[in-house]
Amino acid sequence: MNGDACLALRGVTKRFGSLTVLEDVNVEVRAGERCGIIGPNGAGKSTLFNIVAGELALTRGNVAFLGRDVTRRSAHARARMGLARTFQTTTLFPKLTVIENLILALQAHSGERFQMLAPLTRQRHRYDEALALLERVGLRSRADENVAALGYGEQRQIEILLAIAQKPKLLLLDEPTAGLAPADASLVTEMLKRERAGITMVLIEHDMGVVFDVVDRLVVLHHGRVVADGPLDAVRGDARVQEIYLGGTL
Amino acid sequence: MQFYLQNALGGLAYGSLLFLIASGLTLVFGLMRIINLAQTAFYLLGAYVGLSLVDHGLNFWLASAGGGLLAMALGLAVYSAFLHRYHADPLTSLLLTLGFALILDDLILATWGGDPHSIRAPYPLDGSLTFGTLVFPVYWLAVIAISLVIAAVMFLALQRTMLGVMIRAAVDDEEMARGLGVDVNRAFYIVFAAGALIAGIGGLLGGPITSAYPGLDGELLPLAFAVVIVGGMGSLTGALVGSLIIGLVNAFGKAMFPELSYFTIFVPVALIMAFRPQGLFGRKV
Amino acid sequence: MKTAISRRWTIAIAAGLLIALVLPKAGIPTFFVSLLTQTWIITIAAMSLDLLIGFVGLVNFSQASLFGVGAYAVAIAATQHHITGFLPGLLLGIVAAVATAALFGLVALRAEGPGFIIITIALNEIVWGLAYQWTSVSGGDNGITGITRPAVGPFDVSSNSGYYYVCLAAFVLSFALLMLLVRSPYGLVLKGVRETPRRMRALGYNVWFYRYSAMLISAAFAGMAGVLYAWYNQFVGPVNLSLDQSTQFLIVTILGGIGTLYGQLFGALVVVFLSNELSAVTQRWMLVLGIVYFVVVMYAPGGLVVLVPRLWARLRGRRVAVVPTEPLLGAEEP
Repeated sequence: MNGDACLALRGVTKRFGSLTVLEDVNVEVRAGERCGIIGPNGAGKSTLFNIVAGELALTRGNVAFLGRDVTRRSAHARARMGLARTFQTTTLFPKLTVIENLILALQAHSGERFQMLAPLTRQRHRYDEALALLERVGLRSRADENVAALGYGEQRQIEILLAIAQKPKLLLLDEPTAGLAPADASLVTEMLKRERAGITMVLIEHDMGVVFDVVDRLVVLHHGRVVADGPLDAVRGDARVQEIYLGGTL
Repeated sequence: MQFYLQNALGGLAYGSLLFLIASGLTLVFGLMRIINLAQTAFYLLGAYVGLSLVDHGLNFWLASAGGGLLAMALGLAVYSAFLHRYHADPLTSLLLTLGFALILDDLILATWGGDPHSIRAPYPLDGSLTFGTLVFPVYWLAVIAISLVIAAVMFLALQRTMLGVMIRAAVDDEEMARGLGVDVNRAFYIVFAAGALIAGIGGLLGGPITSAYPGLDGELLPLAFAVVIVGGMGSLTGALVGSLIIGLVNAFGKAMFPELSYFTIFVPVALIMAFRPQGLFGRKV
Repeated sequence: MKTAISRRWTIAIAAGLLIALVLPKAGIPTFFVSLLTQTWIITIAAMSLDLLIGFVGLVNFSQASLFGVGAYAVAIAATQHHITGFLPGLLLGIVAAVATAALFGLVALRAEGPGFIIITIALNEIVWGLAYQWTSVSGGDNGITGITRPAVGPFDVSSNSGYYYVCLAAFVLSFALLMLLVRSPYGLVLKGVRETPRRMRALGYNVWFYRYSAMLISAAFAGMAGVLYAWYNQFVGPVNLSLDQSTQFLIVTILGGIGTLYGQLFGALVVVFLSNELSAVTQRWMLVLGIVYFVVVMYAPGGLVVLVPRLWARLRGRRVAVVPTEPLLGAEEP
């Protein structure tokens, strides 16, 4: 197995009954790379994410993360290894406060999550860490509100912030700007550009503006197969991709 | 050998009664996500009402239909007055059916008293059959046959009628069914009513086997639930197969471990949960 | 602001505790002392259920069987094996309940949401069936009689007022422990599991483990309540672990207010005293109770801790915004 591959998918195939959603997908993401996955609706992008994150079992093939075969590992075991993801539909803890949401992400890998008889408020350093993270997106003043009370754009930022708080070795972003108004979308894009340094990430996105701003490599999925894979500019210029995707210029 | 045949037959008869209860339970759950704890109370109500009708000189079969119709009317009343609002909320609907079961139990107790009533099988099915050393009530065969007929009617209704197609579509994907113009609400009413009707009919039909007494509904409930768990929630085929399995396990459990017969039901339930949590015929969630 | 509220709370709790301490000495009828004792016990059981429903999102219908297993364990130990001490009895009941929950959890946690409810109902009824049918061990329908209240250290608590203090102490201890638990980092994890299990998995939490461990913790309190009940009632029967008993715990929990822990005390007070009053007045008290269940579930799903302040505010002439009722149980996962 390739030593410096952060994520390696080999022959990944997924069928739902007779429907083949992914067919022999081979992709390798090296540490430090920022890789975008694009493709028309139904190309299998979200299925691929769910397989990488361990929420969905694959039909054939295997998934390696940090040089280890994780095909049969549970989602939480992969997360413990350093895999973080965001969701296309906002998946937060609506009845908890913003800061509690972040603390859940921050303490996920630490022994204090088993701490039963000392109050949470005694974990001063967690509060400080969480506030520092909120500072970075300018939401520090909203720390004690229920996360459900935030605006949609703010919730999308928290969605990403939770994953960043995990200090991931690989970050999977599932359409971070889905459903956002242009102003909010550019807020999220700015955030991604700011945070991307040093993080290996794989991004699914429909908004090409966001993709071109954030990634440096592009994989194109079509009908469950990889049809192009390479540096951003090379793939953009690929005639076949242009034909499949949008049927026009990228 | 005689032991096995005797219990197998008794188990199948009991299982076919369970099907009359569990079929409604599983379809109502599959369609509306309502866990109807009053389902076995419908059965008990059907038994008592049917018994009273027989006492007033009505024919056994008509009386059991009468019990079924009253259970259906009551079920429809409760559904349209309260339950229909709580489809996406399994806990609230469950608590409501529980409150309703308590009320119904107490009304039954107030009306018919606390003494158990044994129920005679109707002529000419009240005798017994003898094969060599094997002796069993004719009525067992009759119950199996009637339940199979009812099951066949239900399967045909689900497979062949427009309504059945609508119901199956709504079980699979309610939103999509609505989108395709299926009158899902009508399907809800019909399924809830049919579930209560069949359980209610089962009351007098099963009377010669289970007799009727306060608390019978509580005893049948875990068996009916075991059927739904083993067969798979929302599957009529599952209810049929599950009923026969639970009926057999129950019969042999009672015969072999009389003190632990309830516990023997735990075995298939635990096995299913370990290896196939969605049940034999349930869809994987 | 925050300290003002917590000071008011401290005063309220201290006052309540003081009243609870002096009541038996204040000349109220023994009968009321006995009902209050029952209230403390039911509250412990209801709080153990609230831990699961309100903080983990697991609607466990087998709570009565855990309560009952605790009660039967101490009853059988006392009458058949001459184990009559306070601590041994308490420990035995708790261990028996936790062991039962350990088995139930393995089965029931294979499902989620409504599936979990259905399985726990079946499990509860299976234990009921055991108690009902396994006559040689459980006494069947006749139950087990002749359980005596053990001395606690040097104190003889066999009188009603003496035993009152044992149960009060157990309630206070349970309340304090559970309150600490839900405010701890572990408690936050439980709330996360209740809210959004999918995200918890993505964060690296083993959701199954937290649900399972919470079931065991909850079972310990349910088992303790069961032991206290066996000593209180000096009789254990199948009715103590029936579905009706599970329902009673559930109604107390919901009536008080899900996810509060303190609400269960008010829920228990209402249910214990109401069902006692009703059974004195009418034979049809199950009917009345059924109707009460109906009304609570339909019109006050937030429980007394939401309803009473709202009614109070309305009495004082304030308009209160009607909060839309939410499903008692969160939506199923996609």
